Amino acid sequence: MSKNRVAEIVFDPIFNNNPIALQILGICSALAVTTSLQLSLVMGVAVMLVTACSSALISVIRSQIPSSIRIIVQMTIIASLVIVVDQLLKAYAYDMSKQLSVFVGLIITNCIVMGRAEAYAMQNGPVLSFLDGIGNGLGYAVLLIFVAFFRELLGAGKLFGIEILPLQANGGWYLPNGLLLLPPSAFFIIGLAIWALRSWKIEQVEPKDYKLAPHRVREAF
Amino acid sequence: MAKGSSTGKTLTVAFLLCIVCSVVVSAAAVMLRPVQTENRELNVKENILMAAGMIEAGSSKDEVETSFASITPKLIELETGRFVEPSEIGLKNIEEFQQQKVATREGTSYTLSQAEDIAGLGRVEKYAKVYLASENGEVSRVIVPVRGYGLWSTLYGFMALEQDANTIAGFGFYEHGETPGLGGEVDNPNWKAQWSGKKVYGDDGDVAIRLIKGGVNPSAPNAKHHVDSLSGATLTSRGIENLIQYWLGEQGLKPFLERIKNGEIRNV
Repeated sequence: MSKNRVAEIVFDPIFNNNPIALQILGICSALAVTTSLQLSLVMGVAVMLVTACSSALISVIRSQIPSSIRIIVQMTIIASLVIVVDQLLKAYAYDMSKQLSVFVGLIITNCIVMGRAEAYAMQNGPVLSFLDGIGNGLGYAVLLIFVAFFRELLGAGKLFGIEILPLQANGGWYLPNGLLLLPPSAFFIIGLAIWALRSWKIEQVEPKDYKLAPHRVREAF
Repeated sequence: MAKGSSTGKTLTVAFLLCIVCSVVVSAAAVMLRPVQTENRELNVKENILMAAGMIEAGSSKDEVETSFASITPKLIELETGRFVEPSEIGLKNIEEFQQQKVATREGTSYTLSQAEDIAGLGRVEKYAKVYLASENGEVSRVIVPVRGYGLWSTLYGFMALEQDANTIAGFGFYEHGETPGLGGEVDNPNWKAQWSGKKVYGDDGDVAIRLIKGGVNPSAPNAKHHVDSLSGATLTSRGIENLIQYWLGEQGLKPFLERIKNGEIRNV
């Protein structure tokens, strides 16, 4: 396995094949947990670990999985890993797990994890699948952190909980924009991020699936 | 049928996978339980102290333990408001009191009728554990547990009341599963700060606390009973209003709080 191939698998999902920006997967949790950088970071790491480990495990037993129950098998493995991660967070990062609440559990339904298991791990070896999981988790985490940066800075005037823009409430000048703390704002930021990414990497622009008909009727003057 | 997908094999794979996964999951749950319990207990203590305004958020473990030394837990019977000894309800000591167990055990709990059950509790306990904060041997604040259903989850919290058993000294939830950013804003310090100084009971003696949409008008006649509801979280806000209504009402802690108000309980 050449070094280039490893680098490609791990780093491609960050910009060239981002799970959120290009595959449009995992949007739900991206809307929910990106109110602060710290939460996004923990969530990103959790998804990365779950994706990597579940892909590796599924890849190890891929030749034994009967195709009729493969989705259930994948789900069972993913769900078990998510519960373990949830338990670990409850034991060692109690405050974080309280804030993430149901969203750790909802990693089970995150399409990225399932998507990588079905699309990659079922065809490739465990090491490659593990790296692929790391890469896709990284792509997810990078976008989450990007969104959270703007939401926390403009919505709360803070980064990692430290006040950057002095708030009016504390005698400063910045009036936080409450919209950015609400989930819809993440839609705007993700939309803008996708626009920026596709302006930079034109090959990601999807072909139009409609065609404008030419205007044929001559109108009276 | 494709290779490797006979019924027997499918069943074997499914069975083995379930065994392995359940072992992993239960091992994680069992091995991590002591650490989790410790976290949860510390968190409860921290929340009791924070509700009473005795520590700041983010205090260290030692600070929490030291401050908690001045707080006395007591068991009460909800119906009469009198203190009970742990032995009366079959417990060795007060540490053994677990609300969940007491609320489900025959003899120490009862089922609420639908009309009574405004906070979505189902079955409730007859006994509760309350906390008395004392200064120079005299009760300065009383901290009571409250809980009730919001949108997704039961919210568990503490409310601290001043000596008059009417003025709120602090209020906060320590466990809930509400939507982060919306109902989860019950943990927002700015929102929690509004509670202190509010009065629980109106002139008629009923619980008068209301969560108001669109901001509290400070000049309104009932402003002392009004708190801002949470934006984007109507059901969570309604749940909070209902759980206060229940727990500080007749079926909840009112008989006990009356005794505090009347000065029957002065010293710890």
